[in-house]
Amino acid sequence: MSSVTMLYAFLLYAAFAVLLIGVLRKIIIYARTPQPLKIPTTPAPVTKAGVVWRIAKEVTVFESLFKASKWTWIFGWIFHLSLLLAFFRHLRYALSPESFLWPIINLEIVQSFGKYAGFAMVVGLLGLIGRRIFVDRVRYITSPSDHFMLLLIIGIAITGLLMSFVERIDVIMLKSFLLSLVYFDWNNIQAMPTDTILMVHLGLVITLMFIFPISKLLHAPGIFFSPTRNQVDNPREQRHVQGWTADDSATSKPV
Amino acid sequence: MADFDVPVLKEYPVIPVIQPGSMAHLSPYKSKPDHNTGIGFPGELVDDWHDKAVAKIGDMVKNSRALQVFLDICVKCGACTDKCHYFLGTGDPKNMPVARQDLLRKVYRRHYTFAGKFFGALGIPGFVGAADLTKEVLDDWYTYFHQCSQCRRCSVFCPYGIDTAEISMAAREIMDTIGIGSKYNNEIIVKAHKIGNNLGLPEPALVNTMEGLEEDVKDETGIDVKFPVDVKGADVLLITPSADFFAEPHIDGLIGYAKVFHQAGISWTLSSYASEAANFSMFIGSGDNLKKQAMRIRDAAMDLGVKRIVSGECGHAWRVAYSFWNTLIGPFDFLDPNYPVPQHICELTHDLIARGALKIDKEANDHRIITFHDSCNVSRASRMGNTPGGQFTIPRDIIKSVANNFHDMAPETIHENTFCCGGGGGLLTDDLVELRVKGAMPRMEALKHVIDDHGVNYLTAICAICKSQFAKVLPYYDHPMDMIGSLHQLVSTAIQLGDKE
Ligand code: SF4
Ligand code: SF4
Ligand code: SF4
Repeated sequence: MSSVTMLYAFLLYAAFAVLLIGVLRKIIIYARTPQPLKIPTTPAPVTKAGVVWRIAKEVTVFESLFKASKWTWIFGWIFHLSLLLAFFRHLRYALSPESFLWPIINLEIVQSFGKYAGFAMVVGLLGLIGRRIFVDRVRYITSPSDHFMLLLIIGIAITGLLMSFVERIDVIMLKSFLLSLVYFDWNNIQAMPTDTILMVHLGLVITLMFIFPISKLLHAPGIFFSPTRNQVDNPREQRHVQGWTADDSATSKPV
Repeated sequence: MADFDVPVLKEYPVIPVIQPGSMAHLSPYKSKPDHNTGIGFPGELVDDWHDKAVAKIGDMVKNSRALQVFLDICVKCGACTDKCHYFLGTGDPKNMPVARQDLLRKVYRRHYTFAGKFFGALGIPGFVGAADLTKEVLDDWYTYFHQCSQCRRCSVFCPYGIDTAEISMAAREIMDTIGIGSKYNNEIIVKAHKIGNNLGLPEPALVNTMEGLEEDVKDETGIDVKFPVDVKGADVLLITPSADFFAEPHIDGLIGYAKVFHQAGISWTLSSYASEAANFSMFIGSGDNLKKQAMRIRDAAMDLGVKRIVSGECGHAWRVAYSFWNTLIGPFDFLDPNYPVPQHICELTHDLIARGALKIDKEANDHRIITFHDSCNVSRASRMGNTPGGQFTIPRDIIKSVANNFHDMAPETIHENTFCCGGGGGLLTDDLVELRVKGAMPRMEALKHVIDDHGVNYLTAICAICKSQFAKVLPYYDHPMDMIGSLHQLVSTAIQLGDKE
């Protein structure tokens, strides 16, 4: 096994572990932290089903963002949608055809749209970075790390596009490398193609996975725990107590 | 009239260019030591304030999912940046909701996230938006967390529902914990704990005032409308902001409630022990004080043996009542289960009108051309009725059934999009007039359009703070100060007491 293969095998495992454990840890923290009072932003749904619908709209069509800013919405939505398509398309490198997901992955729409999604992703990201540079309000609240993350993902998208359209790499070889990792086939890890462009692409993806659980990228799991969005508006009908409001009962003496 | 520039009202809303530091000079008076100690906080800035404040942040995120999630997940998308009336009115970038949050978030990141600790150790915490808690940062906290009225407009537009009001409340609680409080809020809470209302009006004065009102209404209508205080066994305990007892235009609203109760034949009473609906402890984010203030109401209800609790016109008070009472001072199993607890006075009146229980002469309001200001705490932090959005339809339904001329302001300034009056969240103090005037700009702009287009001459509000704030700021924008009034003043005008036939 070449040292490049070893290095990437190790980094991919490490990045995956950090991503998984880091995000899980945060999810557990979010789930366990009490929300002592009812604070849904109203008008809010009065049933659980209504809350599911409200959050579904937030994560699929970014309803609140749509109300707020059409430009940010269009760039953000294009970016996230293409990310989703690209993600599905990539699964074919990491899953065997026996996987139950294969029929989805193999859909014409996923494979061909996924291929071009890279372009849309770059457009979306350039729009988002443009706002950070040209809109004075957004520039004011931007930290270097915000630019860094956008550039990182642009780098991933561009190297990916280059591999699809300019400098084709040996995907059969890549797939057998990745499958040997996925199946923990440690005695028989297949060699990774050593094209520079692939190494850069994977290196950036690995970086992204490492920073995910320690950055604002936590918005992905976090939105499901946002009390202003996930609480049912029923404080009069159902008594809500949690955390300090559950600590002591309301039994003070009448005066 | 003012030693600052009053914003110019425009034809169309314009997002200002950022003007860093333009409001850095304005913060409210700090409280005196006994106001802090009176509500359980150190009298003055403690020596180890830095460590105490940092520790308090850690403690608070462990106990509030909202805080934990909100501090973690903001992506700095900027969607909220042009949503705050204080930013729109001042251009100070620290009044953009996300920038206001960042004042606290950067210290949280520095001490409670891997990224902040790592880059902090490298000496470049700013790379990941982290920063140390310095005296300057603390000063910024005091200034800009007292330039937020906790109106939640930003949380409507944030893709993750991040609510700057929660962050402001938390920041004020952290500051109180290290001995820095605002005079206006803390002084009032001390008074409310001691006497039972924000005005410091003791029982004899309250009884006197109510007797005076009985005479006034008798003179005006010839009818004996009662304003009962501490009547045991009454059906309804009315909890209303103490401003209603006292000043124009609030008092006309109270007269309206009394006439409604009178005509519907509902026996009711005020309590001299719990003579305040407002609960300023919410503004300073203090759970202990919030509960302590609210508990007076449970105690009074039990003591008087009432069957229902009805809440008067007040924005944040309705939030506390509707959203928090059941949690803090429930369960209300000792009250009549046939009525919601608490019930808003608008819900009650609306119900009575729907059942034809009130005799209304709409023409009596014909001299008024009316618009309605959605108080933000009612709009975005509570509900009326059984369906979402009842807080918008119920007050408007009432207005339309007691008056003929009603015009809404522009849709992007009402309902859930409503602009704060500019004086909520514990900022209704003279030391902040500049902020209050500038923050009222978006509301004043929308109001000007209905004045110009429809000749509106009556601005209805259902919040004591909104009413006081508008009375103060309307003249700065050349609107008549007395155009602000209660919703129940309209009811009061239209209701026909006694048998006319
Ligand atoms: S809208 Fe929400 S996520 Fe976007 S910058 Fe404002 S607070 Fe952050
Ligand atoms: S809660 Fe209201 S006042 Fe505070 S930042 Fe948000 S919009 Fe501004
Ligand atoms: S005073 Fe009225 S408008 Fe202003 S914050 Fe309170 S409820 Fe909102």
